[in-house]
Amino acid sequence: MGPLISSGVITQNTNFFLAFLIGIGFGFILEASGFSSSRKLVGVFYGYDTVVLKVFFTAAITGMVGLLFLSLFNWIDLDLVYINPTYLYSSIAGGIIMGAGFIIGGFCPGTGFCAASIGKIDAMFFIVGLFAGILIFAEVYPLIEGFFKAKYLGIPTLSEILGIKDGLVSLGVIVVAMIMFWIGEWAEKKFPQKEY
Amino acid sequence: MNKNLKQKTKYINPYLGGVLLGLVLIAANFISGRGLGASGAAKSAVVATVETMAPTHTENAAFYSEYNESHPNGPLKSWLVFQMLGLIVGAFLSGIIFRRLTFKVEHSPKITSKRRIILAIIGGVLFGFGSQLGRGCTSGSALSGMAVLSYGGFLSMAFIFGTAFALAYFFRKNWI
Repeated sequence: MGPLISSGVITQNTNFFLAFLIGIGFGFILEASGFSSSRKLVGVFYGYDTVVLKVFFTAAITGMVGLLFLSLFNWIDLDLVYINPTYLYSSIAGGIIMGAGFIIGGFCPGTGFCAASIGKIDAMFFIVGLFAGILIFAEVYPLIEGFFKAKYLGIPTLSEILGIKDGLVSLGVIVVAMIMFWIGEWAEKKFPQKEY
Repeated sequence: MNKNLKQKTKYINPYLGGVLLGLVLIAANFISGRGLGASGAAKSAVVATVETMAPTHTENAAFYSEYNESHPNGPLKSWLVFQMLGLIVGAFLSGIIFRRLTFKVEHSPKITSKRRIILAIIGGVLFGFGSQLGRGCTSGSALSGMAVLSYGGFLSMAFIFGTAFALAYFFRKNWI
């Protein structure tokens, strides 16, 4: 049955309209959870506010388990769902650069747009930087194309890499998430900071 | 303490927020066969702008021609662009409901607004570049990737959060 776009239940235009509605849910939840505040976001790296950890990992395990169940009941064909390809080198290097951008800029792209929507001026400048960074990448692309496409691993899942079943990997991720939630709750008590 | 407690209730419970966000992510996969994203829409905007301003350049440069091959309907008619327009509307609605609509530069009292803005621009440039190199940002690669158990998604998550955590000490004076 699912994805609806693949089984022809909805047209491409309906798909775009639903993307807009999905985006409204996405933006509303990010803002309502506090992701429009850079000081709340980076709190996770100093322990005083671990909202990022809680929302991010709760969303990831909810999505993971939900999709596994939908697939188990044959409501969705996971072979038709987009899975990000893995290019080992560029994935790691990109992650490192983004991590530096996160602790320096205080936002990631989604949260930056979310914060700019409610009037955060620092977020608007973050977005200006974001566009500039993408433009720089586009212009230097010929120089780094080799590195960008190096060490292509296909579209493996973590379960294929580890050689264990999807369900067990998910259970492992849930256990790790629970431990991190516990550490997060502990850190917030240990390193309190006033909110502004 | 009491004041802190009162301020904290401005936001919804983070675990509730996480479950709701997870449900939105499931809906995106069930309906459209793909996850959420943010940097992809910014990329579309950049490509569309450069195409308008320097059309011959985009015909010749590899990055733009590869992008156009994968987006035959033009850069702006993409799923992520519509989703991003929704994100802006959704965040704005939440801002109205929770009374957070206000123009301000949010920064630690120990640094100036100017310093905060410069850091935001630098962070944005890094995130823009990194998201292209890593084929997606925290939303598209890490969160959405993890939900479909993508190895690349877990790598992105580990390196984004790991690097930020490792560098946190050096940038602490800007935040705490």
